[in-house]
Amino acid sequence: MRVNFTVNGRPQEADDVWEGESLLYVLRERLGLPGSKNACEQGECGSCTVRLDGVPVCSCLVAAGQVEGREVVTVEGLADFAKQRAEHGGCATGACGTDGKAGTSLQDAQLGVPPGGAWGRAAKGQDSQTGEGTELSPIQQAFIDAGAVQCGFCTPGLLVAADEMLEQNPNPTDADIREALSGNLCRCTGYEKIMDAVRLAAARQGEAV
Amino acid sequence: MDFLRPASWEEALAAKAEHPTAVPIAGGTDVMVEINFDHRRPEYLLDLNRIGDLYEWEVGEDSVRLGASVPYTRIMEHLRAELPGLALASHTVASPQIRNRGGVGGNLGTASPAGDAHPALLAAGAEVEVESVRGSRRIPIDEFYTGVKRNALAADELIRAVHIKKADGPQQYSKVGTRNAMVIAVCAFGLALHPETRTVRTGIGSAAPTPVRAKAAEEFLNAALEEGGFWDNGKIITPSVAKQFADLCSAACNPIDDVRGTASYRRHAVGIMARRTLTWTWESYRGTAAHTEGVA
Repeated sequence: MRVNFTVNGRPQEADDVWEGESLLYVLRERLGLPGSKNACEQGECGSCTVRLDGVPVCSCLVAAGQVEGREVVTVEGLADFAKQRAEHGGCATGACGTDGKAGTSLQDAQLGVPPGGAWGRAAKGQDSQTGEGTELSPIQQAFIDAGAVQCGFCTPGLLVAADEMLEQNPNPTDADIREALSGNLCRCTGYEKIMDAVRLAAARQGEAV
Repeated sequence: MDFLRPASWEEALAAKAEHPTAVPIAGGTDVMVEINFDHRRPEYLLDLNRIGDLYEWEVGEDSVRLGASVPYTRIMEHLRAELPGLALASHTVASPQIRNRGGVGGNLGTASPAGDAHPALLAAGAEVEVESVRGSRRIPIDEFYTGVKRNALAADELIRAVHIKKADGPQQYSKVGTRNAMVIAVCAFGLALHPETRTVRTGIGSAAPTPVRAKAAEEFLNAALEEGGFWDNGKIITPSVAKQFADLCSAACNPIDDVRGTASYRRHAVGIMARRTLTWTWESYRGTAAHTEGVA
């Protein structure tokens, strides 16, 4: 089957997709975006984490057909995504608006309704696809500066998850960070440097405001 | 394999009627694992993501109508007051990424004895709204689980919503696992006080072929609370009563030894969780009762 969706701001078309195929497989094997990692294929490790209409999900557990018409952000597009967010007052997709702390409404309950797509059409060129040549996002820079990357396999998923947490919660406590990253396994670092990196990104984010 | 993408609930029912073997997929957190690991090759996948109705909930007078696909994250954020037991249970589900996708409909559809939502639903009291082209019906939660990973759904039926009684008293949920995130319950326990009817309801997970209530324990406790006038005097529950309740909850288990734990550990742990959740909820009830008296 054919699947049309938006990846890192660009419309994509994947052909000959098997009906049982995961979004992760489509990203890596059909669209040439190997940033999202394939490890457990059961949602256990978080290394395939991407944003689906703004929401962090394990792309290995999303059926390819389910993303038809929707927006995906992968680690390759994270820098551009963060840049757009900074330029649009803290929300790159508009999705954070639907995640309101303002109480329940039926609109709030609608998950998966494509957001305004503020950034969707704006991205350009090769950079948003490969991530090459683009300035790093604050969370990526913080991971490097804090030494939070060892083998690097878990890093893309952690970056996407941590970036989303900082978008929702600019001043996280350690408990907030641990909970937000609880779905991402790292077997090298012991997590301490990762905690440092997220604290660092949060602190820098605070300074910038 | 065929991928069916109904745009409306009616289309979904028609598709399920035409292809009864079609496997519904919403959050995909169970179904995709089975497909990724080649454990399952369904002829048809029935994608429910486009049906907005399934992602909505309504808070009614006595109950909450929770759409089958409302993600656990939403339950935690928005329904803590109305459904405290389920909100606590939702928070123990896997990880943020999984809670963003999975919902109670999937838990019910899979009907695993280890599903995190089940003990909370059993304790609160709930009905599952299912529908087919033949019509709609509500299945009481006590009749929903029929065997290991089996439920009362007919082949052409889909789960549309769950009607869960709004809390009329404190509720608690407890789960045993090796860590906080990403664990399948070794066993789990839900408890709800219902001061309006002066009853206590329970739910046990992962300690029997299906999620079960500890009915003998409930009956014992209901009688003991009534007899001692506890609902009115708000006294601390006598330790011997709490112990007897815990023992009866253990006795309600019919567990197996498996990789996550032994049968005897499960029985033991359920007793501990029963005693603790009873203490927590009762303390909360006493606190509220005292507060009300003070105001009056």
